[in-house]
This record gives sequence, structure tokens and C-alpha cells, in this order.
Amino acid sequence: MTSPAATKIRVLIAKPGLDGHDRGAKVVARALRDGGCEVIYTGIRQTPQMIAEAALQEDVDVVGLSILSGAHLELFPRIVAELKNRGVDDVVLFCGGIIPEEDTKALEDLGFKAIFRPGTNTQDIVKFVYENVTK
Amino acid sequence: MDDLVERFLRGERRALSRVITRVENATPEGREYVRQLFPHSGKAHIIGITGGAGSGKSTLTGALAAEYRKRGKTVGIVAVDPSSPFTQGAILGDRIRMQDLALDEGVYMRSMASRGALGGLAPTIDDVVAVMDAFGFDYVLIETVGAGQDEVEIAGTALTTILVNNPGTGDDIQAMKAGIIEIADVLVVNKADHPGADVLVSQLQALLSLAPPGSRRPEIVKTTAVRGEGLDKLADAIEQHRQWLESSGTIDQCRNDDARHQVLSIARAILLERIRAATPEADLQALVERVASRDLDPHTAAEELAAAVSS
Ligand code: B12
Ligand SMILES: Nc1nc2c(ncn2[C@@H]2O[C@H](COP(=O)(O)OP(=O)(O)OP(=O)(O)O)[C@@H](O)[C@H]2O)c(=O)[nH]1
Ligand SMILES: [Mg+2]
Repeated sequence: MTSPAATKIRVLIAKPGLDGHDRGAKVVARALRDGGCEVIYTGIRQTPQMIAEAALQEDVDVVGLSILSGAHLELFPRIVAELKNRGVDDVVLFCGGIIPEEDTKALEDLGFKAIFRPGTNTQDIVKFVYENVTK
Repeated sequence: MDDLVERFLRGERRALSRVITRVENATPEGREYVRQLFPHSGKAHIIGITGGAGSGKSTLTGALAAEYRKRGKTVGIVAVDPSSPFTQGAILGDRIRMQDLALDEGVYMRSMASRGALGGLAPTIDDVVAVMDAFGFDYVLIETVGAGQDEVEIAGTALTTILVNNPGTGDDIQAMKAGIIEIADVLVVNKADHPGADVLVSQLQALLSLAPPGSRRPEIVKTTAVRGEGLDKLADAIEQHRQWLESSGTIDQCRNDDARHQVLSIARAILLERIRAATPEADLQALVERVASRDLDPHTAAEELAAAVSS
């Protein structure tokens, strides 16, 4: 018991499906850590159930999905459904990776608040988190 | 608020998650939850898992939890990783090594950042463990930050402390300070698939033979956590330690010591808070400046601060 523990933003960074491209996820995790967040990184090959369960157990404020395989329209709706199943309905959802512009609308309709594509400055990602989480 | 406690007591995992967050953040609400839930704690066996960075603590924790599941027991896990001293942020990656348990309803795993606490744990670890205990898990496993030599705090929180060692680091054994080995109730030689495991076991045996007579000798167990090997023996060794704690009456002593330590450290924090509240920042700064310029010694200054809240 030294200094009183402060309230921190907790972020889950997850890689759904069989996609092995994990550099972006790690870069984002590190940037958020450097921005003062507590980042739970799940590693690759996560099923929708695993991601939702991790979000529930870790009581995160934000769930960030990283995907470069092209399977987002197949996996993301299932992840959102699994989150709802568990009553995790108040997290901020966002994502990044190789996501064609034409899929933006579909993901927004699912509840994703932002999509960050290759070449994004990680500072913008940190800024997004601080602007969208009310603590 | 009462609704959350009710849901917690009904065994709802989301309620447990929410309560832990409040407790971890040490909010007044969180303290109230601890007050209400503490009477329900004291039934779980609390196991600490410590050892060097990368020694396999997370993998072993996951494998041990899987062994308990085989035995029909439920498990709560808290894994602590370090916060950055510069940004206070953290990457909590222990889940990566516990994937097999991800969907098991009998296991709950929570990552915690150390938030500036020294000693390999987090400032509110005791409260978080008490809450997990109150939730009704049979075992609560605590993974510490990768420890160096003197992160012995875990022994004050856990009933059984496991120290994880690896073969091929034999030179370190000689240098290993007594402190960390003395807190171990069970010694694990993990990565037993690497050469030198048996050499390490005999080195540890030799080291233990130097322990004062009459003290309990920790058992040494070889494990290959990545393959789930040796976990039955480890679970048995933990059970033996637990039985010894109970039959020798040591468990009451442990509980007493832990409670004393906890109460005093909370009291210390409360007093400090009161002093800060009773002292305007300008007064504190003036006092500090006098110490900095050698006009006043730090003891007299501190007594002056403390006097503001005594009587
Ligand atoms: C490096 C790389 C690899 C490496 C991966 C190494 C690793 N461990 O990550 C290797 C060589 C292993 C590889 C393999 C393959 N790759 Co590859 N790979 C790339 C490449 C060249 C760069 C990806 C990268 O690391 N970028 C650097 C990081 C930092 O950027 P990033 O991931 O985009 O992340 C940024 C943003 O997108 C965003 N972001 C990303 N995630 C998230 C998450 C959140 C929450 C947020 C907020 C933001 C965010 O922020 C980051 C910072 O700006 C891309 C092409 C490209 N230009 O993107 C192809 C690419 C992704 N690969 C591709 C393919 C096809 C493959 C293979 C299938 C090839 C094959 N046939 O074998 C395999 C599949 C491997 C597997 N198991 O999944 C295709 C995917 C096509 C598609 N989706 O339609 C790409 C687009 C190449 C192409 N043009 O065809 N690959
Ligand atoms: N060969 C072998 N590797 C192992 C064994 N147990 C763990 N490992 C590997 O050792 C590495 C570190 O394992 P972790 O479980 O993350 O170790 P840790 O002590 O929790 O690490 P920190 O939390 O970072 O201090 C991983 O690559 C594991 O796969 C084992 O029994 N044998
Ligand atoms: Mg670990």
C-alpha cells in the first residue's frame, strides 16, 4: 500500500481467427501501454468465444481487434454476438488491419467506433481511446 | 451496488469482474465491497507462484489449474505483470500461456498490473484475492511479476508458495540469496525437458540441507509445464503442504501473521491519507524546503506533520 491505486483504462487487444500477422497488434498494444493504458494481449488464434470471455473476465473498457486475413466480416459479427451473450454490452469496440473501405459501413453498423488501417500513426489510436472512454 | 453483491453471491462471473475492478482501483465503493464480501472468504487455498522472468510461471499456473479441474476443483487465477514506472501503463500477457482454460466455466483468470507496488505484487492484491476467495473458488492461484532475489511479499499473501526454477541456470544457484528460497514451500524445477534438470534438483537438495534443523523441508518437483508433465506430483506436494499447515497448526499462525500485516499496512495508508488531508500543500512544501536546505531534519519535520492528526 504505497500510493493509492489509480483508475486505469483497460484495453483488450485480440487477434481472431487463424490470422498470424501479429506485428500490428503488438505495435498497438505497446503504443497504448506507452500512453498509460493497461493492455491485455491475448495472442493469436482466438475464437470469438475466447475473446468475449477474456473481455468479461478482464472487465476491459475497450476491445480492439486486429485482423489482416480478410475474415473480419465473418468473425466480427460472431464476436459481437458472443459479447452480447455474456452481457458485455458497454465496451468501446474498434479494430484495425487490412480492412477494405467498402466494409466500413458494415462494421460501423456492428458497433465498431473506429477502423485504423496500415500506416496509422499510433498516437491517433491512443488519442481515440482517451477520447472515447469515460472514466 | 447491493444488486452487484447479490449477483456476485449468486455466482455471476460478470459481477465478480465488476467487483474486482472497483476493488483494484481502491474506490470507496470497492472498499465497501470488500467489507461485505470478506466474511465469505477464508475457504480457498491460496497458492503463490513466483520465480524468475520467463521461468514458466504462467504456463505452470495454467497447467496446475488444468490439473485441479481434472480433480473436480474450481480455480481463480490472478496474474501480475509490471506497470511501466514512466507511463504507468502495462502490457498484461499472461493469458497467452493459459489458452486451454479460456472457455472452462470452472476457471476465472484475471490480469493485474503492479501499479507501482514493490515485491512482485499489486497494491490491492490482498483485497482482490479475498474477493476471489469469497466467490467460492476452491483454489486461488497468484502469479507474481518475474521475481529477482527479494520479492518475498507473496509469502505474506499465499498459504503455499511455489518457487519456479529452471535447469541450465545452475550458476545462479550459488548466488541465490537465502531470502527467496526460504519463502518456498514447494520448489519446482520447470523445463525439465531441458538438459540439467537432475543436476539442478541435487543442487537444490544440497542447498536445502543447510536449512536449520526442525524446519520443514520443501519438496522438490520436476515439471515440464508446456506438456503438462509433473503437475499431478506438484498438486500432491501442495496438498501435503496444506495438510502439514493444518495438522501442525501453522495455518492459524499464517492467517494471524497475514492479517496483522494487512491491517497494519492499511492503517499506515489511512494515517498517511489523513496527514495529507490535514496539511495544506503550501505548509507541506514549506516544511519540505526547510529539510532540503538543511534547516530542519526530516524526523522533526515528519513529527510535525503527524502531530496535525494526533490527539
Ligand atoms: C509482414 C507480413 C507478413 C509476415 C507476418 C509477420 C508477423 N508475425 O506479423 C509473414 C511473412 C509471416 C506473412 C505471412 C502471410 N501473409 Co502477410 N503480410 C505482411 C505485410 C507485408 C505487412 C504486415 C505488417 O506487419 N505491417 C506492419 C504493422 C505494424 O502494420 P499493421 O498490421 O497494418 O497495423 C497497423 C494498422 O493496420 C493498425 N492496426 C492493426 N491492427 C490493429 C488493431 C487495433 C485494435 C487498432 C486500433 C489498430 C490496428 O495499426 C497498426 C499501426 O499503424 C502485409 C502487407 C501490408 N502492407 O500490410 C502482408 C499481408 C497482410 N499478408 C498477406 C498474406 C496473403 C499473407 C499469407 C497468407 C501469405 C501466404 N500465402 O503464405 C501469409 C499468412 C500468414 C498467417 N498465418 O496468417 C496479405 C493479406 C491479403 C488480404 N487480407 O486480403 C497482405 C495484405 C499482403 C498482400 N498485399 O497480399 N505476412
Ligand atoms: N521447454 C520448455 N519450455 C517451457 C516450459 N514451460 C514454459 N516454457 C516456455 O517458456 C517461455 C516462458 O513461459 P511463461 O509461462 O510465459 O513464463 P513466465 O515465467 O510466466 O514469464 P513472465 O510472466 O514473462 O515472467 C514460453 O516460451 C513457454 O512456452 C517447459 O516446461 N519446457
Ligand atoms: Mg507470466
